[in-house]
Amino acid sequence: MPEKPKLAIYWAASCGGCEIAVVNLHEKLLEVDAALDLMFCPCLLDTKKKDIEALPDGAIAVTLFNGALRTEENVEMARLLRRKSRILVAFGSCAKGGCIPALANFTTTDELLATLYRDNPSLDNPEALIPAGTTSMPEGDIHLPALLGRVLHLAQAVEVDYYVPGCPPESHQIWNVIETILSGDLPPKGSTIGCGTLTVCDDCDRTKEDKRITAFRRSYEFYPDPTACLLEQGLLCMGIATRSGCGAPCTKANMPCSGCYGAPDGVSDQGAAMVAALGSVMDIGDTAGLSEEAIAGRVDAFLAAVPDYAGLFYKYTLASSTLGGRVGSSKSTPLSPPLSGGKCSAPPLTRGGREGLTQVPDCNLSKQSGEIAE
Amino acid sequence: MTESNGFEPKIIGFFCNWCSYAGADKAGGMQQAYPPNVQVIRVMCSGRVDPQFILSALVKGADGVIVLACHPGDCHYKEGNCRALQRHRLLLLMLEQLGIEKERCRLDYVSAGEGEKFNRVIHEMVAAVRTLGPLMPLPEHDSHTIRSDAPMSSVAAP
Repeated sequence: MPEKPKLAIYWAASCGGCEIAVVNLHEKLLEVDAALDLMFCPCLLDTKKKDIEALPDGAIAVTLFNGALRTEENVEMARLLRRKSRILVAFGSCAKGGCIPALANFTTTDELLATLYRDNPSLDNPEALIPAGTTSMPEGDIHLPALLGRVLHLAQAVEVDYYVPGCPPESHQIWNVIETILSGDLPPKGSTIGCGTLTVCDDCDRTKEDKRITAFRRSYEFYPDPTACLLEQGLLCMGIATRSGCGAPCTKANMPCSGCYGAPDGVSDQGAAMVAALGSVMDIGDTAGLSEEAIAGRVDAFLAAVPDYAGLFYKYTLASSTLGGRVGSSKSTPLSPPLSGGKCSAPPLTRGGREGLTQVPDCNLSKQSGEIAE
Repeated sequence: MTESNGFEPKIIGFFCNWCSYAGADKAGGMQQAYPPNVQVIRVMCSGRVDPQFILSALVKGADGVIVLACHPGDCHYKEGNCRALQRHRLLLLMLEQLGIEKERCRLDYVSAGEGEKFNRVIHEMVAAVRTLGPLMPLPEHDSHTIRSDAPMSSVAAP
């Protein structure tokens, strides 16, 4: 009996939800097992990195890589699995667009570390120790995988063959992806698979009428009509700027789409698409006779209902968005107020010969080359 | 960076065909001098300016973007300028979170007869961006995409 093609599932900076989604294939897992040899999956199996290193290049037929790239180790594993795999799939929104881990790109890495390890009121860290790639101890240097300057999505580090969106991908779509790969009838390289090409509105069976929103409302404020379009009810439903294919389970559960399938075909920036869409449907009322300043003020008052548009619109795609995160502008104001005591990288918080502990990665915020998955 | 360092802002201008573009013509016809830093893209309506265009301009080297529209009530297509305004105010909130100053993205109204206002708006925009300096001061960081052959030291901080 010929050997079955090898399947690997790896997680980088992720939550494990993508593995759960695979397990949610239920009895279809037996069909997956019949066709493929699931030989590497740190969440489910005990295969080690050295076992992968021992394989010849290209030995793995398919790797489903979930998770964003947050540390050096994530990049190292991405490169290793790229080398060993014939097909590398960016599986789930983290690998495709950065997802929740990439929300860290709204701040710099040293601000992030300072908040996490030094400034949060619940911390007990009197030495103000901050993890770093290399730390000098009396016994010698010790090493941890250092944080990257910025959270990346998979295609920013290695060549990706296919993208599967979703947080996590819907199990029926995972099955479609596996069937597609098993069939050997593969779409062009670089395609986004296991999804549709239109927007979630196409999947959503709510009644859509004329969209004129007189106020934005948030989920906690009211119980939405279960049959009418959520956007028309004032909820910032992202379905209008999100790729179809999930079957709209969120709007079926009376919750607005939060955008996890990323931008639809033809859209490079999900957040900008949301801005464009909302700009068309906001209704600020009759402005005849108002001054230009008063009209702008009315728009601002309308928009004040929601505190964090960028976080909302780039929840799943910040790493793959046009700007990729906060931009290193010469005089930009940080999102958060300045940290008391300044940035954690200077002055060094040395103590007892542990200089290394105070080193934090530079923030390497810079222009993105416009490399976008879609 | 300031004027003395020789920084010349690069600004992309999206001008509405019916009012602002004609207003720019008017300023030219009046032989009014204004800074040459704004590279003009004529659009049929300010409502056509997708926020993706603005983000793309900023990421591809523009230090600022200016959208000029018809005055409220004067839109050739009734409400395109109103949509442009609503998008612009929303985009400003997002740009602030992304570290881009609101002065780098301006929307204003210039009618076909307002050559002088056009001149003033362009002067103000160029001066504001000149004061802010280049959007991306570090050209060597032009791409943070890691290539597989790049040494690890280039992707991680020390």
